[in-house]
Amino acid sequence: MILTILVLLPLVGALVTAFVPDALARLVGLGFAAATLVTGIVAALRYDVGGGMQLTETHTWIESLGVHYALGVDGLGLLMVLLTVVLVPIVLLAGWRESDAPGNGGARAFFAWTLALEAMSLAVFTATDVLLFYVVFEATLIPAYFLIGGFGRAGRGRAATKFLIYQLAGGLIMLASVIGLYVVSANAGSPSFLLSDLAAIDIDETTQRWLFVGFFIAFAIKAPMFPVHTWLADTTEKATTGTSVLLVCILDKIGTFGMLRFCLGLLPDASQWATPVVVVLALVSIIYGALVAIGQDDVLRLIGLTSLSHFGFIVLGIFVFSSTGGAGAILYMVNHGIATALMFLVAGFLIHRTGTASIREMGGVERTAPVLAGVFLVAGLAACGLPGLSPFVSEMMVIIAAFDHHWAVGAVAVLAIVLAAFYALWMYQRTMTGPGRVGAAPVVDLDRREVGIVAPLLLALVLFGFYPMPLLDVINPVVHDTLANVGIGQEGGPQ
Amino acid sequence: MIEFVKPSIDYFELWPLLAVFGVACVGVVVEAFAPRELRYRVQVVLSLAGLVGALVGVVLVAQRVQTHDDGAARGVLAVGGTIAVDGPSLFIWGLVLALAIAGVLLFAERHLDGGASAFAGQAAAVPGTDAESAAIAAHREHTEIYPLMMFAVFGMMLFPAANDLLTMFVGLEVLSLPLYLLTGLARRRRLLSQEAALKYFLLGSFSSGFFLYGAALLYGFAGSMEFAAINEAVRNDVGGSTLLLIGTGLLSVGLLFKVGAVPFQAWTPDVYQGAPTPVTAFMAAGTKVAAFGALMRLFYVALGADRWSWQPMMWIVAILSMFVGAALAITQTDIKRLLAYSSVAHTGFILTGVLGIQAADELAGGEISSVQAVLFYLATYGFATIGAFAVVSLVRDSGGETTAIERWAGLGKESPVVAAVFAFFLLAMAGIPLTSGFVGKLAVFSVALAAGAWPVVVAAVIASIVAAFLYVRVIKVMYFDEPVGTGPSVAYPSVLTATTIAVGAAVTLVLGVLPGPVLDLAAVAGEFIR
Repeated sequence: MILTILVLLPLVGALVTAFVPDALARLVGLGFAAATLVTGIVAALRYDVGGGMQLTETHTWIESLGVHYALGVDGLGLLMVLLTVVLVPIVLLAGWRESDAPGNGGARAFFAWTLALEAMSLAVFTATDVLLFYVVFEATLIPAYFLIGGFGRAGRGRAATKFLIYQLAGGLIMLASVIGLYVVSANAGSPSFLLSDLAAIDIDETTQRWLFVGFFIAFAIKAPMFPVHTWLADTTEKATTGTSVLLVCILDKIGTFGMLRFCLGLLPDASQWATPVVVVLALVSIIYGALVAIGQDDVLRLIGLTSLSHFGFIVLGIFVFSSTGGAGAILYMVNHGIATALMFLVAGFLIHRTGTASIREMGGVERTAPVLAGVFLVAGLAACGLPGLSPFVSEMMVIIAAFDHHWAVGAVAVLAIVLAAFYALWMYQRTMTGPGRVGAAPVVDLDRREVGIVAPLLLALVLFGFYPMPLLDVINPVVHDTLANVGIGQEGGPQ
Repeated sequence: MIEFVKPSIDYFELWPLLAVFGVACVGVVVEAFAPRELRYRVQVVLSLAGLVGALVGVVLVAQRVQTHDDGAARGVLAVGGTIAVDGPSLFIWGLVLALAIAGVLLFAERHLDGGASAFAGQAAAVPGTDAESAAIAAHREHTEIYPLMMFAVFGMMLFPAANDLLTMFVGLEVLSLPLYLLTGLARRRRLLSQEAALKYFLLGSFSSGFFLYGAALLYGFAGSMEFAAINEAVRNDVGGSTLLLIGTGLLSVGLLFKVGAVPFQAWTPDVYQGAPTPVTAFMAAGTKVAAFGALMRLFYVALGADRWSWQPMMWIVAILSMFVGAALAITQTDIKRLLAYSSVAHTGFILTGVLGIQAADELAGGEISSVQAVLFYLATYGFATIGAFAVVSLVRDSGGETTAIERWAGLGKESPVVAAVFAFFLLAMAGIPLTSGFVGKLAVFSVALAAGAWPVVVAAVIASIVAAFLYVRVIKVMYFDEPVGTGPSVAYPSVLTATTIAVGAAVTLVLGVLPGPVLDLAAVAGEFIR
């Protein structure tokens, strides 16, 4: 029941927010987001770290198609749920004034769409029926589309359309595979979309491969991976930073979440079959994303492209099929969410002050705004994997697993650390140090609201940097189950 | 000499047909005898009463109808076996009647254009002449449109229920002729409307000719017009398969023309654009439903045993329809033409369901059948289409309806509700989850894939991506583009159009969120009587 409440709460919040007077909309919206946060925490407290699907509920939805309204969380789902419920209130606070700025769609619309997006994302992370997952997976696109198209910089309508077309294309390709699963289950006796029913079916290898291709393309677009990443930078450039946090830190996780749950969970043989190609694509994403990021002049494009590199790491961790890699990948999903959210939000504050997103036109910020510069530096260092901050742990785990997989894979992956240091520190140097812009007003430091927004994220970065054990305790059972399903023992070799 | 035997008429089962036909005839009498100022009210009330009465009849018949002698289907063969009142017939009747009620409401709308309906004051007056101005000044109005529409509805009900080729032909003609007329009756842009009517009539007549020739050849093959006898002849392999093949091909031309499949789609954009928007709404929804009912009956009942010969053709036609429809829709600048090409693409998607036929013993328990999927898709498509065209009739400028897409820019700010409803219909047509269109697509793709038609399904998925682009483009124009000049204005509709739009949107939402009951209804409708 608690998961249903968790999904319904922001959905109701979105509807209420859409119809209350403008003056109240923000408070009401934030109230619903806070209530969802509390519900999420309660759900987490009721979760038993032992593993397996928990807090489950199942009702028949469309009988003649074998569709169920079935919710449940394992460790992976729980972490994604927590990431979502924590980030949404932060995004709402960050968009408190920005969304009301002239030319934007108004705070009421921003809060309502954000809550709608939260509801759909939570449903995605808790759905245990493939068709239910697909339905909410596609439904996330509608609020996302209006968030991109309604708020941000000029040219956002075009960016929103590009985003939607890419995502719909991926979704429709996946639909073919989803229907394929239906036919497989129908041929096996009774049609059903329940994950537990589908996992019990022994799907023949050729079918598995076809289904895998459909799922993987959709998740690769979502994640995003090279070569289907081109919507990413355009979107983060035009959208507000709050929207970018929602997209990159929450929605894109659906891609890697889906790879773990559907590709590895339902189609284990095909996943192993595809490993070489996927690993190469992941490596290309890692290196290419970092290289392209270095060359960017627009702060928001740059941050968007770093995520391409990070998602490469996550996918690599998933597809090297070892317990270290898998745990590292899931941990990376959490850490990337925190670190990138911090990066986007601080960049948003910075751009709000300078009035430009162009790195070339900034400079000398640290003299007048030391706190802003300091937070920006921490976010940048987190992105390039400084020990003591949480992304370091997950990055190391993935790289170690990559070396175990093949030395060459590890060697290429490790290059990315150097490149990350380059893009993060060089961006810091050009924007924060040196002389200020001639004739520009000095940049004002962060105010209390903004410090309040970034503080929880900073805290999480440091806390999980030194003490990732609580997260790993939740993650390890998932990795164990997944790898056992693929047919690989805990030590990394085939059983 | 053959003795003439008077067929027995099953009045109860045929009540829906008779009610519609009766009201149509009474409507003609009303035109002749009722005073001019009364006619509008009388005709609207009469039509609605007839349609509602027929709809009630459909429900009653559906509850009482017994299992047929063949044991597989429920229903009866009425009027000496020429009309099959079975599950699919009843489902389609109900659907056509519901859409027709919405159509009457749209026809009767007089609020949008300064107290006049969307129809020409006097069709006989040549456009641009004094006679036309006089007719407009006198507030003349053709109330014949209601009986015409009722005849078309009768045709739409007879067409899918016909159980032999001749009755099917009669249904086809009764359905088509009033629509040719109605197409030419637009009040504004009359030349365009008349051109559309002529085009529709000429091409429609050709396709009817094809149908009739095909019927003759099939008679030559089987020695009978009845579907059961043709089926028997196909099974027993009586010889003369050339006749069978050519006959099947020619019949397909006639039917595929009516559903607007490629390569017989050329009339759709012109007719959809030229016809008065209420007519377009009713015709686009109703004709497609009826024609697909007839198509399925012919191919499943009469030619089911021969499906290995016609399925490859259906594959090609389905793939072509999806791609040509979606690709050409992208290039359109007129919203009615865009919806017309999108309807061609939808024809392709529905054909994907039609070609997904499997024998009963090939279906797993509880697996969705081809008839069920197609019937459900028709329901989703019908309501979304009629709703979308009803919205189109609201967006206007001084010259009447504004159908140029770029003039819709800024509609999201000008009229958030109208824009939101239209966006919702577009999302339904694009097949986004939580709308009816998604479940429809899921159903037809599932049956096609289960029948092994995976190339068609892959093509359908790619075509869906192309189609999604065109719907998203319209949404972008409405919400994110800056208005050109003064921007569009939205006419405030009367309760008639508002009801139609609201019902269309509600059905589209409910069928998307809780499709179970209607899917079950389509499952209960079950099989055709063979």
